[in-house]
Parts: sequence; structure tokens; C-alpha cells
Amino acid sequence: MILDSKVPSGPIEDAWDSHRFDIKLVNPANKRRFKIIVVGTGLAGASAAATFGELGYEVDAFTFHDSPRRAHSIAAQGGINAAKNYRNDGDSIYRLFYDTVKGGDYRSREANVYRLSQVSVNIIDQMASQGVPFAREYGGLLANRSFGGAQVSRTFYARGQTGQQLLLGAYQQMMAQVNAGKVNLHTNQEMLEVVTKDGEAHGIVTRDLNTGQVRSHSAHAVVLATGGYGNVFYLSTNAMACNVTAAWRAHRKGALFANPCYTQIHPTCIPQADEFQSKLTLMSESLRNDGRIWVPRNADETRKAKDIPEDERYYYLEEKYPAFGNLVPRDVASRNAKTVVDAGQGVGPLKNGVYLDFASAIGRDGKDTIEERYGNLFEMYERITGEDPYSTPMRIYPASHYTMGGLWVDYNLQTNIPGLYAAGEANFSDHGANRLGASALMQGLADGYFVLPYTIGDSLAAKLGTDPMSTADPAFQEAEKAVQDRTQHFLGIGGTKSPDYYHRELGKVVWEHIGMARNEAGLTTAISEIKAIREAFWNDVKVLGNGDSLNSSLEKVGRVADFMELGELMARDALDRSESCGGHFREESQTEEGEALRRDDVFSHVSAWEWQGDVNTPQIKHKEELEFEYVALSQRSYK
Amino acid sequence: MSTELNLTLQVWRQAAPDAPGSFVTYEAKNIPDDSSFLEMLDIVNEGLIDNDVEPIEFPHDCREGICGTCGVMINGRAHGQERATATCQLHMRKFSDGDTIAIEPWRAAAFPVIKDLIVDRSPMDKIIQAGGYITAPTGTGGDANDTLIPKEVAESAMDAAACIGCGACIAACPNSAGQLFTSAKLWHLNSLPQGQPERFTRTESMVDTMEQFFGACTNHGECAEACPKEISLDFIAYMNGDYIKAKIKNRSRSSQ
Ligand SMILES: Cc1cc2nc3c(=O)[nH]c(=O)nc-3n(C[C@H](O)[C@H](O)[C@H](O)COP(=O)(O)OP(=O)(O)OC[C@H]3O[C@@H](n4cnc5c(N)ncnc54)[C@H](O)[C@@H]3O)c2cc1C
Ligand code: FES
Repeated sequence: MILDSKVPSGPIEDAWDSHRFDIKLVNPANKRRFKIIVVGTGLAGASAAATFGELGYEVDAFTFHDSPRRAHSIAAQGGINAAKNYRNDGDSIYRLFYDTVKGGDYRSREANVYRLSQVSVNIIDQMASQGVPFAREYGGLLANRSFGGAQVSRTFYARGQTGQQLLLGAYQQMMAQVNAGKVNLHTNQEMLEVVTKDGEAHGIVTRDLNTGQVRSHSAHAVVLATGGYGNVFYLSTNAMACNVTAAWRAHRKGALFANPCYTQIHPTCIPQADEFQSKLTLMSESLRNDGRIWVPRNADETRKAKDIPEDERYYYLEEKYPAFGNLVPRDVASRNAKTVVDAGQGVGPLKNGVYLDFASAIGRDGKDTIEERYGNLFEMYERITGEDPYSTPMRIYPASHYTMGGLWVDYNLQTNIPGLYAAGEANFSDHGANRLGASALMQGLADGYFVLPYTIGDSLAAKLGTDPMSTADPAFQEAEKAVQDRTQHFLGIGGTKSPDYYHRELGKVVWEHIGMARNEAGLTTAISEIKAIREAFWNDVKVLGNGDSLNSSLEKVGRVADFMELGELMARDALDRSESCGGHFREESQTEEGEALRRDDVFSHVSAWEWQGDVNTPQIKHKEELEFEYVALSQRSYK
Repeated sequence: MSTELNLTLQVWRQAAPDAPGSFVTYEAKNIPDDSSFLEMLDIVNEGLIDNDVEPIEFPHDCREGICGTCGVMINGRAHGQERATATCQLHMRKFSDGDTIAIEPWRAAAFPVIKDLIVDRSPMDKIIQAGGYITAPTGTGGDANDTLIPKEVAESAMDAAACIGCGACIAACPNSAGQLFTSAKLWHLNSLPQGQPERFTRTESMVDTMEQFFGACTNHGECAEACPKEISLDFIAYMNGDYIKAKIKNRSRSSQ
């Protein structure tokens, strides 16, 4: 299979403009003759559905949530990047482009990233006109902050609730289209199959989570905006319902899954307290601006943090990286925390954390200043742990947070299945091997507001005058039957352990071997262990209740089944990529100083995996070679 | 260091919207006090599944107080006794060993039970659909800094926009009124310069839709007490003012 990225030729600055000129348009009067299905109504899906509706298309939007406002996008805290250069501090489209390609450790497509940087400025204009209450300066202008170690202040924010406010903006814009009759909103509907015929996408099959009813929906194009797969780790900062099922169902119908091993582990989360913990809470990255990270030098230390003298504390980031200190990038901070915890120097009852200490900052700037900066975060920490971070250092540890991998898409955001598109965290497109802070919200909204609404017309134009395929077609009937059979099968296994039990078991393996550091032996073990868990799961999982009413165990079991297959593919991808890059750290490939060592000669490509028809036949890898014409490849260094 | 609690739960179980429901008593044993209220329910559910009893269905998703999915009545109070705390942020260290805890779904005529502790809150989306937006189609906005918004105005809009749409205000109200939810969205949009052109049509339409679903407000203030985001009662007064103005303006407009 030849992967055609459809990247326009010519200078990168003009690529998007010339592409928009070259692709086909659907004339305004004809738009209402096209039907588009959007699955997922988070930032990417809601912005896409709203814009399609405004343009005149007929839209069916689906979410398994009870309201679009619940999508996981709501939880993003820190902010959204845009190359506005409002601070006059030297930012530009080119600089955001450059930082993103470099931050992604040179594993993303230059042309996509350049376009993302270009449209970033339009996003802020759009969201402000929607009434998103961004933080403001006293003069009434928009405020910015520097985020995640960026050297310019390009991050826009709404208190610590940026994702909430952006999602509400996109949701409200979509609800206006619901009111106008252009968007047909389907809540509590989980997409469980993509329907294809002759290699093209024609629609989806959904299951109503409240009634169990299985239904077919057809359209001229299908967009998946169904979020990331970070919950494959079981414990993560993602919402409980986040899952890979929509993308995985598409993968099983032939859509390539790209770079599954690129996952981001966020360094500052509250460590697990006990076996029953259900999720991990992110503490904003901004805390690293003032907090100092350390562990006791002595692994057998039993004293309280404040009783440990300075010279018996190991400020490992400050010692190892004098230039960046506590502000090294996420992957570096995470890996170093793992190293000290693995060495037995961890702190807390389970010895599974490191200290993030504000004592120096409080001594320097006063408690009031620190409270003003981080008061709400300190309160949240105390609520969860019962400890007061003003007097005792916080305990933090890395956790799964974001997934850069996802469905392979071309420059038009179309998967290799014609008619099937992927947007937001669900696609693999713009972040390479590591995502910069505040860039996921930007990418989701770029895809939904400013890319798909143009590019989708290109494939629709050719379908003018055709009706969507009838849902009576055998392709739909077969897909419906597959959904029904699978549901009945799960209910009939009658095993002994809950879906959560198996999810936890899977998560332990994925975290242990496909987490912050990976090696050949561990990945090989992971593949066989996941296989064993998968087989046990299919024989022994227990789902009570029935399929005709709300049944969260039944929802969960299908998602866990798909996570098992994804976990195995992650291990294979990580094994295949025997270099380190961004969030993917192969212990065999590091510099003398222990930093990620890329091997550009062999691995400067996207790995896109093709399903081979059944779970026991490993996927086949296709390569999309990456070319770097604008950003010179270099080794990252934070010393 | 974490200690463990033993509790007695009285949980509302209801198999379907039209099925009769009742309280069922469960023992919650060895609950680590570091766990959250929802993790306590997870532990109870694992035990039920082991004994072939269908687990208790309860609403949840983000488990960090922002998505608005969670929400149950805990000992008769929406989201429990802690101030400004959604159910998912409530931790078991706030309870004592031996406590009995009654857990019920939101109670409101407009929120029918779907199963156990989960209710249908779709009328809240209907209120937003009726006008809870600013008409600004994609691509039509000018530069974001062309419209100056004083810091206090943006902050106050944000205070209202912080609503998570959980429905606790409606569940807590003796009349199941939707005023706090609706007025928060109206203040967010009506207080901003971008929201002015549609201010009065928006207000009338959202309030009229609210009244189709929810009860009348008699100023009890239970809503603000229950709100996990401390949305202010003042917004209701602003909404009422705008609604009267809207009736006059919209009437004169329609008679033109
Ligand atoms: C705690 C946290 C903080 C973050 N902070 C930031 C930040 O500060 N800045 C930043 O840029 N990024 C941040 N991120 C990342 C960012 O929030 C996400 O990457 C982004 O919001 C994803 O948006 P999305 O639209 O792609 O997916 P989501 O918001 O996850 O939406 C997915 C949608 O798909 C639907 N769906 C999924 N599967 C199905 C199915 N099978 N059938 C029907 N519907 C389905 C869901 O119902 C939902 O509507 C953060 C992430 C986390 C976890
Ligand atoms: S689960 Fe999201 S607010 Fe409680």
C-alpha cells in the first residue's frame, strides 16, 4: 500500500492557500444535498458539526455522553496556544511551527504543523466572538502566559478551566445549529461499527446506551472525532469513559492506525493511593515554575520531609539539568521521576511519588503570593490527599495523559478509507512523538473549525447527485448483526471477573512495559502477557444484567476488549521502533547522558499499521517517510 | 496513613424508567478513607458483581469536578454535605466509621430516572439550544483584540460560565426550578459586549423554555447552597430584570 499524504508541493507558507484553491468546492445551494456524520462532540467534533451546519450541510452528530458538554475536552486546564504575538515577544507562525516540530522530536509532518500554526490565530478570534471568557489584562486586552517551558507567551486561558470554556463555546455554537435544524444531535449513542462497502465508508452502526437499540445511519462522509486512548493504561488523567473503540472499529475495517506507541506521560499527577484508585488527577504543569522536585538521598529514609536536612535531599532535575532545572520537558521530567522511584527513593506511604516542594518559593515570595498563583490547585490537592501543601511538600508522580498516535490521515484529514475522516486527538497528525502543552485544544479546534470544513468538500463534490447508501444494504445489516452478536456474546460468557478487573490487569502490563521506558525484553513480555490476559478475558469475563437497558458493565466490556488489541499493537509498534524519540524511550537507544537518541536514518517515518483480518495475525506496517525541508533535525538537549 | 471505614448504604435501586424503585441496604466494608465517594461505590459494586448482583448504576465521568456528569443525593443533600464539592470530589475521610448513608438520584419531575441513580437531564440542553449561544459563525470574527473587555467584566462572565451543568440546583430546589442554571448562562452571555445584539431574544427564549420543563422559583436559595461551583443567586435577579425588559422590547418589535 502506498500512503499518499497529499501534501501540496511548493513553499510551505503557501501550501494551505494553494491547496484550498485546488480542491473542489461544493456550491452553496448543493450543500444541503450532502449528509455528514460526525461521531464525537468534544472540541474537534462539536466545532466540525457546528461549522458543517453553518455551511449548509445536513449533519448527524453522535456522542455516547448524555450531553455534548460532558466530553473529555471539558477537563483541560492550562490553556490553548496561538501564534498571535500579542506580547510582541518574538512569536510568529513560523516559531510556533518550529517549536511544534522540534517538540514532537521530528516525527510529524511539516506541512500539517505549518497549517496548524497558521489557523491557530483564527481559533482565538472565533472563540472570542463566541463569548469565551478568556483571561484579560486591565486594559481589556487578552492575557497570555508562557506554558510548558515555551520561550514566548502564546498561551490563552480562562482561569484553570480553558478546556471547559472552549468546549462550552463549541457546544453552544453547535446547539445553535441544532436549533436551526441543520444538526441532528444523537446523545447516549455509542458508535460500534463503521460501515464500508467496496473500500469506502458509508455510515455507522450505533447502540443506544439507555435502551440497547442498535441502529444504522448512512451518510456521504463520516468524521470520527472520538478522542484519545490514554485509558489503555487503566489509570490515567483521562475521564473514565474515554476509550479507543470508535477508532479501533475503524481500524478493524481497514483504517490504518499510526504510531500507537507515541503516548504522553505527564510528570505532575497525584500518585496512586491504593489498589481501588480509579483515576489519577493532573496537577497543572505550572506548579513546576515554583516548586522544587526532590527525593531523599537515602532510600531507607523514614523522617518527614521537613526534617530531612538540605544535604540529604536529592534535587535530581536541578543537579542533572542545571540550565532547565525543574522546567525540563514533560518526557524528561517523567523519566527521571521513574528512575528515582525505581531506585527505591520514592516518597509517600507506597513510596510511589517524588516531592514537589514550595518551601523555598514561600520563603522567597511569601505565602500570599504562592496562594494567589496556585491557591485553587493547592485546595484541590488537599481535598484529594488530605495533606496541606503549604506545610508539607506535594507528592507527585507521572501518569498517562495524552496519546499522539491515532488513525492515520492525509493532509485532508481523510483516513486511507475514502469517506472516513478523523479529527482531534483521534488522529495521529500534528504532534509527532511528543505534544507540547496547550497544543491539543488548538489542534482539535483547528481540525474542526478550519480544516475539515474545506477539505471534506473535495471528496463530497464528486458524489453530487448520489444518495447515501440505503441502510437496508447488506453491508449495514451485517454490521448491525455483528454489534448484536458481540453484545449477546459478552452477556453469555458468564465468567468470574468484572471488566474492570481485566482492564486493571491490562493496565499494569502496559504501564510496566510500554510506559515511560521500554526495552526489547519488556516489550516481548508485554506481547505475550497481553495475549494471555486477552484470552482469559474472553473466557472469564462476567457481565451481569441485559442488553436492553442501561448497563455500564456491558459498555465497559466492549471497550476493554478493544483496549486489549490496541495494547498489543502498542507493544509491537514500540518494539519495531528501536530508536528513542519524544515520549517513546527505548533504553537501548540513549545518549551517554541518558537522553533519547533518535535514529533518523532508519526511523524518520510514520508507522501506519494495517489490520490483517483477525486478532491472531499481527498487523502489517506501512511507512510514510517524513521529509524535513524547513526544520533542521537536531538532538534535543536541556543541559 | 489511611484507615478503613465500615458503612451501611441505603441505595435507591430502580431497574427502568417505569419500574418501581426502592431503597436497598448494602454493607460497604473496609473502605480506605483516602478513596473518593465514587471509588467507595466502585468497591461496593465489585463486591456485588462477585455475588452475582447487578452493580449499582451511578453517573460519573471526569471524576475531577468539571464535567458535571456525577451527582446524587447523599443523605438528602445534592452532592452531599461538603460546601462547593461535586460528588466525585467528596472523599470518604469526611465520613465516620459506622455511618449510614442514604444515596438517591436527583429528584425532579423533569429528570426521570433512567436506572438506579442515573437520571435524564436533557431539558438542560434544550434550554441552551433555545438561545444559550452567540451567533458568530466560523470565520466571521474580527481580531480578538478588536473588542476590549474590561477585566472585571470578563471575570464576572467567567464566574457564571463556570457552571458545570450537573443539575444539583434543580435537584436541591423544593420546586425543581431551573433558575440558577439558566441565569448563569444568561449572565455569561448577556454581560459581554459580544452578547448584546441577541440579549433580549435570548433571554425570553431561554426563560420560556425553562418554564416548559421546570418549576417556579420562590427564592429558597437551596440551589446556590448545593452548587459545586458556588454560582451566585444574584444572576437570577439579573435574569428576571432582563426578562421583563425582553418582554416589552420583543413585544414592541413583533407589533412593528
Ligand atoms: C486532565 C487533562 C488536562 C488537559 N489539559 C490540556 C490543556 O491545558 N491544553 C491542551 O491543549 N490540551 C489539554 N489536554 C488534552 C486535551 O484536553 C484533549 O486532547 C482534547 O480535549 C481532545 O479533544 P477531542 O475533541 O479530540 O476529544 P474528546 O473531548 O475526548 O471528545 C471525544 C468525543 O467522542 C465521543 N465518543 C468517543 N467514542 C465514541 C463512540 N464510540 N461513539 C459515540 N461517541 C463517541 C465522546 O462522547 C466525546 O463527545 C488535557 C487532557 C487532560 C486529560
Ligand atoms: S464526574 Fe465529572 S463532575 Fe463529577
